[in-house]
Amino acid sequence: MDLIIQLLDTTVRLSVPLLLACLAGLYSERSGVFDIGLEGKMLGGAFGAAAIAATTGSAWLGLLSGIAVAVALSLIHGFASITSRGNQIVSGVAINFVAAGLTVLLGQSWFGLGGKTPQLPKTARFSPIELPFAEAMADVPVIGQIYVELISGHNILAYVAFLMVPLTWWVLFRTRFGLRLRAVGENPAAVDTAGISVVWARYRAVIICGILCGIAGTYLSIAQSAGFGRDMTAGKGFIALAALIFAKWKPVNAMFACLLFGFLEALDIRFQGVELPIIGVIPVQLMQALPYILTVILLAGFIGKAIPPKAGGIPYVKER
Amino acid sequence: MSEYAIELKGINKSFGPVRANHDINLPITQGTIHGIIGENGAGKSTLMSILYGFYQADSGDIFVNGDKMTIPDSQAAIAAGIGMVHQHFMLVENFTVLENIILGAEGGNILNRAIGNARKELLQLEEDYGLTVDPDAIIEELPVGIQQRVEILKALYRGAEILILDEPTGVLTPSEADHLFKILRQLKDQGKTIVLITHKLREIMAITDNVSVMRQGTMVATRKTSETSVADLAELMVGRRVLMQVDKGDANPADVKLAVENLTVKDSRGVSMVDDVSFEVRAGEIVGIAGVAGNGQSELLEAIAGIMPAETGRVLLDGEPINVTGGADPALLREKGMVHVPEDRHHMGLVLPFEEYENSILGYHNQEQYLSGAFLNIDAIRADAKEKIEQYDIRPPNPRLKTANFSGGNQQKIVLAREMEQDPVVLLIGQPTRGVDVGAIEFIHKRIIEMRDAGKAVLLVSVELDEIRSLSDRVLVMFAGKVVGERSPETSEGELGLLMAGVEGQAAE
Repeated sequence: MDLIIQLLDTTVRLSVPLLLACLAGLYSERSGVFDIGLEGKMLGGAFGAAAIAATTGSAWLGLLSGIAVAVALSLIHGFASITSRGNQIVSGVAINFVAAGLTVLLGQSWFGLGGKTPQLPKTARFSPIELPFAEAMADVPVIGQIYVELISGHNILAYVAFLMVPLTWWVLFRTRFGLRLRAVGENPAAVDTAGISVVWARYRAVIICGILCGIAGTYLSIAQSAGFGRDMTAGKGFIALAALIFAKWKPVNAMFACLLFGFLEALDIRFQGVELPIIGVIPVQLMQALPYILTVILLAGFIGKAIPPKAGGIPYVKER
Repeated sequence: MSEYAIELKGINKSFGPVRANHDINLPITQGTIHGIIGENGAGKSTLMSILYGFYQADSGDIFVNGDKMTIPDSQAAIAAGIGMVHQHFMLVENFTVLENIILGAEGGNILNRAIGNARKELLQLEEDYGLTVDPDAIIEELPVGIQQRVEILKALYRGAEILILDEPTGVLTPSEADHLFKILRQLKDQGKTIVLITHKLREIMAITDNVSVMRQGTMVATRKTSETSVADLAELMVGRRVLMQVDKGDANPADVKLAVENLTVKDSRGVSMVDDVSFEVRAGEIVGIAGVAGNGQSELLEAIAGIMPAETGRVLLDGEPINVTGGADPALLREKGMVHVPEDRHHMGLVLPFEEYENSILGYHNQEQYLSGAFLNIDAIRADAKEKIEQYDIRPPNPRLKTANFSGGNQQKIVLAREMEQDPVVLLIGQPTRGVDVGAIEFIHKRIIEMRDAGKAVLLVSVELDEIRSLSDRVLVMFAGKVVGERSPETSEGELGLLMAGVEGQAAE
């Protein structure tokens, strides 16, 4: 029982950045702007958050800075793909490279620690929050244990991530903004002829994508860890992208997909180097590749066709 | 209130060197159905796009209900009470009917209330105009006729008093079209003004009060429908172009080289574009296919050339059947001696960024004389290109020039030289002189006649009636996907025009 709860607790922790990045991609791609630069934006956000938290000693200023960096990168992607009608894949790849290089370069020149940021004190990080009644519930079997270990004791960004799921659903399907955002990703000409600006709708989606990536990066560098390390996102942006496809661009599915991928990662950490009966030691590489393998297998027919937003990846050009 | 719902004065619009609208004046009376008719490319859609704020006119004034307006975007047009039903529907296919209707006119940040209101209003509209639609149906699951109804409701929901319909019947079955007309009459009875853009004369006669005819970017006439006739309109539409005389002797038709039997071609929506067409082309004759653009000629040509799969029917090349239904291989057909000069040389005939010599062998690059081992023999290809440039008087005579930098006429000659020099059995040729200057036209016409005299079977598709009449030995007229008649090229333009307009039956009565 303890083992399972521990495993699930790790799962939740590891899914948070995936979930934030996945929802970020969801906004962008639902509006018709494909984004493989999630990784780079997260990395930029992580660096921005850690650097400012280290210099000011404030986690909240760190968060703001992380968001600012990621939004700035988003706007570059937006400018390239919406205003200049460039290739969205190329722009996304470029952002990944720029973020990977610049974070290390700036980190070295500012802190001189080989691309790392200084170790952050507890006060400059987001700490776990004890939810009310955790003390009292601790003795209740099972339910108490789940409440204390699994639900309570995460930092605020983790709660934000999971609250974003119903919020995103509501925004997408219950507000005017969401209706237009989805429409612009399916048939921008219909939006244009209805007298709405396609460009502005897409920019707004891209900015939200930046904000969420910034929070994801902040979570990595100043909540989960105590500082920025080179390439600390380690492909999470791509796993988030896989989760997005896996989830067919739907918010609630996205949460489950991210939890599943988080769970695989948790398994990997828990059983690294452990001799299992019959199977023996599972190679690390296999576990790390599992999310991708799973995505490919499931997409190949188990969950049916994943149909992306119809206008995704296509710059909108007004023509008749 | 002004007498006119819309009045356009002196509208000009050019796209690069092309004058899409030239000094257009158009008054549209309140509460009438006003038809705008003209061939494809006559500038009708451009004009309406200007009215709907999709394009800006280069010059000219727009008056709506007597007030001078500028319409910088669709929002402004909607605000002025103008609604548009586009030829290609502007609907989000995986949204519900209701979501599509409120898009852009939600009336609040939160959808719940907006959807509730829209549902009520929709019921009212349905009652007023008999436009029944299930508000919760998903668009892509609805037939096109209903989708169009959603487009009309969209406009009415936004309070449109003036409704523009761009080629609304193009995608409809005849009974759907009749239903649409019923709806339009009802809208008119309720005081709406309707502008109907079409190239179908039958529709104009059936439903409009007034009609304006456009030709090559100009407005040639505005008439009361009751005071005009189909023949009148057909002539105005096609126009009397300068007749070009081509010297040619009598044809000596020999064996059948191309036989088309019961060919039917459907487009992606399942509408028959070519409907049970049969004919033959013999060696040494030119068979011309006349028709108003969009009546299936393009599809016929593409199906025979193996580009577009046919639904049913057979095509025999030199007595040998080719697999037109299962997707014939155009490369194989070329090898067998059927060459094709496509209607749209930019889209299908040439790779514009290539140098001239590359285009001069495109599709024949696997022939031995152009190869040395596994590689292209560039020297041989360039020498060959030089020869064709001389023979076809392609200017400037430079095989290294980028193809995009040649004029339209010279580009066409590059395609013609490539295809004609293959010594074909059958020559398929579409719109040979579209966008070609006068000098080149004469040259191209001569070449086509020479091909005939050399014993080739030539199938010519053109929307230029003069071209058809001066080149062909036999003329087939297509209307709505069917061959509606065969005439000799000496037949009068008026008679051919009537056939092209699909009113043969009425003319006989």
